[in-house]
Amino acid sequence: MRMVTNKMLKQITLFAENKPGRLASATKILSENGINIRAFTIADSGEFGIIRFVVDDADASLRHLRRADFTVSETKVIGLEMPDTPGALWEISRALSDNDINVDYAYAYASATPNKAILILQASDLKKAVGLLTELGFHLIESSP
Amino acid sequence: MEYWNPKVERLSAEELKQLQERKLRRLVENAYEYSSFYKKRFAAAGVSPHDIRSLEDIQQLPFTHKTDLRDTYPTGMFSVPQSQIVRFHVSSGTTGVPTVVGYSANDIDVWTTCLARSLTACGLGRGDVVQVAYAYGLFTGGLGLHYGVEEIGAAVLPVGAGTTTRQISLMKDLGTTAIACTPSYLLHIGEVAESMSIDIASQTQLRAGILGAEPWSLESRKRIEQNLGIKAYDIYGTSEMSGPLFTECSAQNGIHAWADHFLIEIVDDYGGPVEEGEKGELVVTTLSKEALPLIRYKMGDITSLVWEECECGRTHPRIMRIQGRVDDMIVVRGVNVFPSQIESVLMQIPEVGDHFQIVVDRAGPMDVMAVKIEVTESTLSDRIGALMQLEERVAKQLRDVLMVNAKVELVERGTLPRSSGKSQKVIDLRQI
Ligand SMILES: [Zn+2]
Repeated sequence: MRMVTNKMLKQITLFAENKPGRLASATKILSENGINIRAFTIADSGEFGIIRFVVDDADASLRHLRRADFTVSETKVIGLEMPDTPGALWEISRALSDNDINVDYAYAYASATPNKAILILQASDLKKAVGLLTELGFHLIESSP
Repeated sequence: MEYWNPKVERLSAEELKQLQERKLRRLVENAYEYSSFYKKRFAAAGVSPHDIRSLEDIQQLPFTHKTDLRDTYPTGMFSVPQSQIVRFHVSSGTTGVPTVVGYSANDIDVWTTCLARSLTACGLGRGDVVQVAYAYGLFTGGLGLHYGVEEIGAAVLPVGAGTTTRQISLMKDLGTTAIACTPSYLLHIGEVAESMSIDIASQTQLRAGILGAEPWSLESRKRIEQNLGIKAYDIYGTSEMSGPLFTECSAQNGIHAWADHFLIEIVDDYGGPVEEGEKGELVVTTLSKEALPLIRYKMGDITSLVWEECECGRTHPRIMRIQGRVDDMIVVRGVNVFPSQIESVLMQIPEVGDHFQIVVDRAGPMDVMAVKIEVTESTLSDRIGALMQLEERVAKQLRDVLMVNAKVELVERGTLPRSSGKSQKVIDLRQI
């Protein structure tokens, strides 16, 4: 099997001060433009937060959010289809830590495929992580239509 | 010609200080005798002319302020009868009450002499064509430079506040070698010339700018010098002092303040003297002015003074770059903080955008200062830790320079005011 090392997913990061309504207005813009949010997670420093989105159309989302004066950037993450087997998450974590790769953050959403979940992972060495997980036979996704 | 008056310009610091002491004693005696304003002031401070023997004794004299000139409008601080006045200049105050300055014939001579020395130090002289693009009239810039240029035997081109296209075509046609105006106006001239397809560097004779009447940074000096292919010299002097008086020399490292006519002090917040070279507020005493002598007049400019002999060979002390106005200063936990200091720290950190805002508030008995900066797209990381580290890194660099803690707050792009005015840059929420 040829090793694929570039199967990554686009994630949008949005900066927001801790003011009421910022998340609501960002998601409103996306929904008004027919963009589907697959998953999101918020990290909070107390004074500001960053909201990370996985959407069905990352490029269009960036365009619309920029136009509305949001500070946004695009980052690559791993989108991994979780096998429906016991211990899969433990196997992934062990493989990464055995190879000195730290998980910076992770979140998940239900896949379009029944009974499957997509795990979003950010790693200290993303390329290495992608290579490793591909080699171990995990199914990585490049988009989340 | 290298010096206008080599003997005076190269007196030893010792000789200059002796001369200043002699002239100070006479100034104080005259002020006491001929000015009811100063007589009252001295009495209120409990000093008499006998108390002023050495230069250090000046510290016993009270300060004067711009408000004194306004309160005594129009001529309450004049020390000579009307019959000796040969000219007036009037500066419009931002508060509405103007400041009136009067000159005796000798005052005009001293002013002109100071400028002749200064312009010579900028490398100008006979054969030069100096375009005066400062306004003529009640403002001191135009007429002051005009007399100075004539004195050194150069040709003056008194365009004044003419249209910019006219400035440029006259500059080209008459072979202007130096221009006197504000730095921002010269940048504007450069832009208009470009739109007229005239390259000032190669298509005109311009080689020097005598620039002042507004604060400008070393960065804008660099830009002017590079864009126009000239040397840009800083000029200092306000109407209360006579008008523009002192400039940098060829070394471009400080403005020579002619010490035989002006005594410059740098004082701290409490009015006490600072160590030589330390920064503080510029205070001027006019040693030769007759019509409107100023004794310990607080200029409001923050700078330092250096007596060390300059590489140009002149011994008169140098006023170093003006770092800000006292009015811009904020005091946080007893430490003076200038928005310009914060700006220069931020400009050195590439991840930080161009805009910032300072918010000072009180938490219990303590002042707290926050510096808000905008997140840029290139700075925005998906790892929140990276952004928190950026805040800490900026805070540390600010603390190293300001000597006071500042909390750094990242805010959304486009949310900070774009104006450079102090009212927008500094929000002081303290109830004092
Ligand atoms: Zn010099």
